Amino acid sequence: MAATKKGLTTVAIYPDWCKGCGLCAAFCPKKVFEMDPVAGKARVVNEEECVNCGFCELHCPDFAIVLSPKNTDTDSSNNPTAKAKP
Amino acid sequence: MSEVTQLIHHYLRHNKKFPHMLCAGCGHGILLGSLIRSVHNAGLSKDEVVVISGIGCSGRLAVYVDFNTIHTTHGRALTFATGIKMANPELVVIVLMGDGDALSIGGNHLIHAARRNIGVNAIILNNEIYGMTGGQCSSTTPQDCFSMTTPFGQLEKSFDIVDMALASGANFVARTTAFHAQLTDEVIGQALANPGFNLIEFFSPCHTQYGRKNKYKNAIAMYQDLKSKTMDVDKYKALEESKREGVMPIGVFLKRDDPALETRYAGVRAKLQEAKQKKAEAAKAAQAKPAKAKEPKPDKGAKGKETKQDKGDKA
Amino acid sequence: MKKKRTQLFALGNEAVVEGALLAGCTFFAGYPITPSSEIMEVMAQRLPMEEDSVFIQMEDEIASMGAIIGASLAGRKVMTATSGPGFSLMQELIGYGCMVEAPMVIVNVMRGGPSTGLPTSPAQGDVQMARWGTHGDHPIIVLSASTVQQCLDMTITAFNFAEKYRTPVILLLDEVTAHTRERFELPFAEEYEVFSRITPSVPPEWFHPFQDSLRGVPPMPPLGAGYRVHVTGLTHDEMGFPTQRPEEIEEAISRLFRKIDQFYPDIMMVEEYKTEDAEVAVIAYGSVARSAHHAVDRAREEGVKAGLLELKTLFPFPRPQVVKLARRCKCLLVPEMNMGQMSREVKRVNNGITRVRTINRVDGRIITPTQILKNLTQI
Ligand SMILES: Cc1ncc(C[n+]2csc(CCOP(=O)(O)OP(=O)(O)O)c2C)c(N)n1
Ligand code: SF4
Ligand code: SF4
Ligand code: SF4
Ligand SMILES: [Mg+2]
Repeated sequence: MAATKKGLTTVAIYPDWCKGCGLCAAFCPKKVFEMDPVAGKARVVNEEECVNCGFCELHCPDFAIVLSPKNTDTDSSNNPTAKAKP
Repeated sequence: MSEVTQLIHHYLRHNKKFPHMLCAGCGHGILLGSLIRSVHNAGLSKDEVVVISGIGCSGRLAVYVDFNTIHTTHGRALTFATGIKMANPELVVIVLMGDGDALSIGGNHLIHAARRNIGVNAIILNNEIYGMTGGQCSSTTPQDCFSMTTPFGQLEKSFDIVDMALASGANFVARTTAFHAQLTDEVIGQALANPGFNLIEFFSPCHTQYGRKNKYKNAIAMYQDLKSKTMDVDKYKALEESKREGVMPIGVFLKRDDPALETRYAGVRAKLQEAKQKKAEAAKAAQAKPAKAKEPKPDKGAKGKETKQDKGDKA
Repeated sequence: MKKKRTQLFALGNEAVVEGALLAGCTFFAGYPITPSSEIMEVMAQRLPMEEDSVFIQMEDEIASMGAIIGASLAGRKVMTATSGPGFSLMQELIGYGCMVEAPMVIVNVMRGGPSTGLPTSPAQGDVQMARWGTHGDHPIIVLSASTVQQCLDMTITAFNFAEKYRTPVILLLDEVTAHTRERFELPFAEEYEVFSRITPSVPPEWFHPFQDSLRGVPPMPPLGAGYRVHVTGLTHDEMGFPTQRPEEIEEAISRLFRKIDQFYPDIMMVEEYKTEDAEVAVIAYGSVARSAHHAVDRAREEGVKAGLLELKTLFPFPRPQVVKLARRCKCLLVPEMNMGQMSREVKRVNNGITRVRTINRVDGRIITPTQILKNLTQI
């Protein structure tokens, strides 16, 4: 969870699950999010700035934020669902 | 961090309606995420975990996770947990309660579960209010604060959950908040690995029912508040008495590994079993040499069994 | 050589424990209260010595109920025992037990009430409460016993009904029956049936935990067996999840009733004594049935054609048996140690067929054979 360099992380929001509480926008240290006043939901505006601190993903009460490495061909041992026992 | 949300999805019941029923910004959702991550990190299988909840917004969490889940009645979750743990000590029992649940209607069960040191992990989602029923005061609503039933300010003092757990005999006591998801993951993880009664107080902002009545502009302001007023418990202890006002210590307050009730019970049973075996052997020996040995007197209360054997011997 | 049954000489309360152990009870949680405490004390002594069995004293009767429901969900055969004040505290969770269909046996040894009342005196004042004590519409099975032998037999029956129909079963004793010490026999294993709940025969992916079936009683997996059921006191659909849909609610609640209704003949237990030619019949339960038994014999000596219908099942109320008797008799006499709780049921099903007279005693004393006899000869 160590903060990494900028520009290595994709930040995605499931709009269907976002309730627009604004926590991500308020506490992201890099101002990656903005609240969309019309939709009443968060949206990603500064993805390049993200340092992968993890705060938003851990604190979104609705599990609506997904962080993933930009480089998609990371090895599959990184896949948590493989570890989860049924 | 790429795995966090995908991981959570692996443990959610996707045949339930999402997003969940909680209000926007409700701290309870953050706890749900922490719980899932902690169970995952502890390497537990879904089948061995039992999540037991009371009634309240906090009680509704159980339905969303793909474990064995039991949504009990208001205040009684710990009594179910006690029965389940004693009935099957192999199960990992996690109890989710609201502050009203755990301290008002269920306060007696809480102190007794701690005193017994039953092997249960209890998490109290403290939002300082009755969320589900529309914002009436609870036994953790701070003095002078407002609620639907304290329109002129709360006159009564509130419980300090950590103090109460410490005084009642819990094995592990920690406090964390919805602003501190990482700490929450950490303490739940520690609890899951600790025997006996482990209690975690989780401060969980409820803007809908508490914040609005107490001058918080929005949910964010409540998280801001948690951010600014909390301090690691060790640092807090080092603080001068006069500087502690308004500071909320968080972290682990106590951790010990006294044997859990179910373990002690198993110990007693093992002893009894051994004694029974010895007695049976002695009886055998006595039968071989009937003249000398005398049957030990049957002990009081075990009448049925003893009579049964006596009659059998005579018949 | 013919085997002889084991004879014991003990209290009704102790016979309850014997019955429970024969029926396979492996979990007891309780809170002491007169006149039921002996059940708990003997359990405390016996259970830790039995194979894989648990005894625990809880902090109150609500907690006792919570613990046994939890243990029942974990796959145990469970029981608790109490008396009036404790039975009042148990009511909310009895309803929970009905809703989640957890098998359990609750023994209530009735003492004088209301409130603290008469802790050491007999009464039968909890009859309607046993039927209707918890809130909401629900079916329930309530059994009773009049002798120490019956305490054993009916406890076994209570466990069997609980497991067969996935429901709380209440065994209503009165102080006299519970504290009578007399000879009784342990049946041989082949003489009684032991029923255990049915567990799912399909893999978890196919399992619908509250699905309707011909019997109306869904199989019940123990916690931890891989089925990961959601259990809730909220009205739920067949998957166990809360529902607000009228058609699902209707189906769920009517199944709860139907699973008991359709087995009335199995559940409604009575014992008839000299009723074939009876002109007056006593309808009684608990210790009063014993007095009535004597009274009937003496009335016969005096030339009165009397009979006795002893109710071993109080609810569902044995309507067919009572109606049959009402059609034949000039009068039904219902003696009870309350102001008329079972006689309400008798009058309801009698519905004008014949005369119904009551004897009500609430002074903490038993109803004697003489008292019943006097009424029988006057009719
Ligand atoms: C016996 C009983 N009394 C009252 C209620 C109504 N009730 C439901 S939830 C609740 C309070 C919930 O507050 P809390 O436990 O703090 O949970 P929260 O909703 O705040 O998470 C009350 C009083 C009930 N369900 N059962
Ligand atoms: S924290 Fe989650 S729910 Fe809240 S605004 Fe951001 S994405 Fe939406
Ligand atoms: S990981 Fe940190 S920096 Fe990146 S978007 Fe989330 S909160 Fe902002
Ligand atoms: S009322 Fe409060 S506790 Fe309940 S869901 Fe809303 S924010 Fe959460
Ligand atoms: Mg609350």
